[in-house]
Amino acid sequence: MSKAATLEVGNLRTHFLTKAGAVRAVDDVSFSVRKGEVLGLVGESGSGKSVTGFSIVGLVDPPGRIVSGSIRFNGEELVGASEDRLRQLRGNRIAMIFQDPMMTLNPVLRIDTQMMETLFAHSDIGKQEAWQRSRDALGQVGIPSPEERLRSYPHQLSGGMRQRVAIAIAFLNRPDLIIADEPTTALDVTIQSQIIHEAQQLCRNSGTAMVWITHDLAVVSGLADRICVMYAGRLVEAGSSSGVIDKPRHPYTAGLIGSVPSHNRRGEPLNQIPGMTPSLINLPPGCAFRARCDRGDAACVEEPAEEKLSGGRVVRCFHPLAGGSGA
Amino acid sequence: MTAFMIRRLLQSAAVVFVMSVIVFFGVNVVGDPVDMLINPEADQEDIENAIKALGLDRPIGEQYLHFAKNALTGNLGKSFIFGEPALMLILQRMPATMELAFAALMMAIFLGIPLGLYAGLKPESPVSRTVMASSILGFSLPTFWVGLMMIMVFAVILGWLPSTGRGETATFLGITSSLFTLNGLSHILMPALNLALLKISLVIRITRAGTREAIHQDYIKFARAKGLSQRRVIFVHLLKNILIPVVTVLGLEFGNLVAFSVVTETIFAWPGMGKLLIDSIQQLDRPVIVAYLIIIVLLFVLLNLIVDILYSILDPRVRLGEKR
Amino acid sequence: MAAIEERLSAVEQSGKGAETPFRRFMSDFLDSRVATAALVTLAAIVLLAVLAPLYVPQNPYDLAQVDVLDARLPPGSKSYQGYTFWLGTDGAGRDLFSAILYGLRISLSVGVMSGFIALVIGSAVGLVAAYAGGRTENFIMRVVDIQLSFPAILIALMLLAVFGKGVDKIMIALVTVQWAYYARTVRGSALVEGGKEYVEAARCLGLSHARILFRHILPNCMAPLIVVGTVQTAHAIALEATLSFLGVGLPQTEPSLGLLISNGFEYMLSGRYWISFFPGVALLITIVSINLVGDQLRDVLNPRLQR
Repeated sequence: MSKAATLEVGNLRTHFLTKAGAVRAVDDVSFSVRKGEVLGLVGESGSGKSVTGFSIVGLVDPPGRIVSGSIRFNGEELVGASEDRLRQLRGNRIAMIFQDPMMTLNPVLRIDTQMMETLFAHSDIGKQEAWQRSRDALGQVGIPSPEERLRSYPHQLSGGMRQRVAIAIAFLNRPDLIIADEPTTALDVTIQSQIIHEAQQLCRNSGTAMVWITHDLAVVSGLADRICVMYAGRLVEAGSSSGVIDKPRHPYTAGLIGSVPSHNRRGEPLNQIPGMTPSLINLPPGCAFRARCDRGDAACVEEPAEEKLSGGRVVRCFHPLAGGSGA
Repeated sequence: MTAFMIRRLLQSAAVVFVMSVIVFFGVNVVGDPVDMLINPEADQEDIENAIKALGLDRPIGEQYLHFAKNALTGNLGKSFIFGEPALMLILQRMPATMELAFAALMMAIFLGIPLGLYAGLKPESPVSRTVMASSILGFSLPTFWVGLMMIMVFAVILGWLPSTGRGETATFLGITSSLFTLNGLSHILMPALNLALLKISLVIRITRAGTREAIHQDYIKFARAKGLSQRRVIFVHLLKNILIPVVTVLGLEFGNLVAFSVVTETIFAWPGMGKLLIDSIQQLDRPVIVAYLIIIVLLFVLLNLIVDILYSILDPRVRLGEKR
Repeated sequence: MAAIEERLSAVEQSGKGAETPFRRFMSDFLDSRVATAALVTLAAIVLLAVLAPLYVPQNPYDLAQVDVLDARLPPGSKSYQGYTFWLGTDGAGRDLFSAILYGLRISLSVGVMSGFIALVIGSAVGLVAAYAGGRTENFIMRVVDIQLSFPAILIALMLLAVFGKGVDKIMIALVTVQWAYYARTVRGSALVEGGKEYVEAARCLGLSHARILFRHILPNCMAPLIVVGTVQTAHAIALEATLSFLGVGLPQTEPSLGLLISNGFEYMLSGRYWISFFPGVALLITIVSINLVGDQLRDVLNPRLQR
């Protein structure tokens, strides 16, 4: 790759130091995102995907902290950077979209206040111009009568509209990277696809890189260029979107894909991955997926390292699936 | 908004009406109205005349109407002790009580909110721990005893502040108050602080609890993710959310302050309504008691109304109604 | 249906011995050294007060034992009979130490009893309101709200002004002032619990109203009730002291701490502080202990603080 990636995460470890022990929420995760690329970060709840997102912008709440690893943004190292520097980047060069639009917007402040303050925090822009840019941003995300909406309060908007506002806020300062943490999970299915489509358009048009965090493979398959699958804090598979979905190499990924109902397999019983996600405090030694995997053996007591395969694929498994169809 | 106000006004009127009925029946049915409203020292003939004049020999319903009519025109009976209309006596002393309650309220706001905010944001710091420990103390200390101790320490032992009475007053913008003179301030300092102690503790605890809960909310995290300065996050995003419950509590507590001034005024010999009430209870000056009760009910209802309005102004969710 | 209930009881009985919620609660509570200290102090105070007649040097209300020549002696002075007035004497020559302990008995018993009666009445009303729903509930809660919007001291003064003095009247006033808090708390809890699925499940099983109410809903309301109970008891004790201090509370024959403090008021300006000071300290320690215990209880029993 000749040009530097917008975001390069290397061996990131974010642990939560609690009374009961250290919770290794993010355990040796590495990936990169190029300009204009959409990376899908997939995993179930508790896999560490949201914490990864927060680690990038330095918003991990204590008792959690980044214990080791590197996060390079446009070549600049963010781990260990000063809080001031991080604040300069947040909302400006790196923006975030949260999951629940109901709680992300402050209920007692108007929409225009919450939009314009993002602009004021990072530039010497005048009030008039800020207002115009906010109005235009709302129009871009498909909100009708933006002037009226600017004067309203969050509770006067529907869930879908609020999330569009959140997206508009994210794009306001024309960031290089947007981290979206399950932005459509709390919305109706019909609105979901609209929002996904709009976000995709905006990214394509502005060249913004995006990390889309979700548990829903279906969402990410149509949207992302590359996919990273996380399990119990570790990255278990990575590769191009079509590659990972058509030819998964890790048993967990295969299980995930297999358990999505689709009309190709109508009438067949739903596949499940047996067992439950392990508790992050009491992780068994070795491969975290061992207990639920039907390909495991004595070798899996050791923790597998990441293996780079051809075609930009990465797998963390001693017994990866062959490059054929899934299990 | 207007529909809301009209509804509240009607509710308030209803409460005043109900309370007046309760007070009236309390006095005339439970207690002995002859004792309540007529000076027991008077001789038999005067008593009988008074009974006729007050209509106590009429059916109870008619008596109430008579009472209500009088009340609406401001006639709430005459004091046995002072011989003057009870209402006037109370109104004369009201400014002193209001002044005291107001000073206490200001202390609660300007001491309580900043301290509570700090304790909520940095709960582990030694300052915060001290503040929280003192607030438990402030909450538990019986006000009257604290007042006594304050007089003991600051007036008797140290001699810094006068122990009793109200200071000189001055008039400013049409309001006559002892807050405008230095002498007046020295007199009001202890009683106001004494009265405010409980409220300050309350405000500290509410502000701190609100801060601790709010700081973990998503909208605070989102505000930080937008790169807003810490100052803006705290003083705009956080504070506005916390102020709503605090204002509500404070507004209602103002009424409490007025009621509780009864104690403080007794200890510091502050010439307000409260002291008048206690004296009247002890001297069995019942018309004054009745008048005080009616006025304070009115005050409370008014206060509740104002707080409701304030609340609706501050919380846009209430003002503009839920999502369409 | 009875068979189901029998089997339910059998299941409940067999589950003991493991880490029960109670044990976990106790260990959480004792986590705070301050609260534990407060609990111990409180227990000591109650014990001292209850056993007072057995060990105090003087029964301060037995006129034969009190000598007016002993009046207003500072702490540490000796009496004729040879024992020490550890905390001095008051205006009538009563040993302050004994008087305080006797006063504690009265303050505590009035506070706790009125609190208990208020709890019973208030909980009953709250449960009824929550369970009945509809207009009954609305009406009851309106009354509760209106009463709660007036300060306790005002209501108490109002009642006392109308009814006059006497222990029973004070008790009525204190109960009246407190029941509304309990009613509101219990109704709130009962509503929350009533909406939960286990109640619906119980209804589906056909359990009787009474059983649902008392065996299912009520135990889950206990937690906030206990917290409110401790705080309210502290308030009741403080309120009674305030009223007695003002001279409208308990009569002279039942001298509570408030009365002792007010007796000492006149001597303060002449420097004889101990007559008001020590009873106040006793009152203070009692109330602070109750509040500290209540605080810890609230933290431990609050599911939202996620311990």
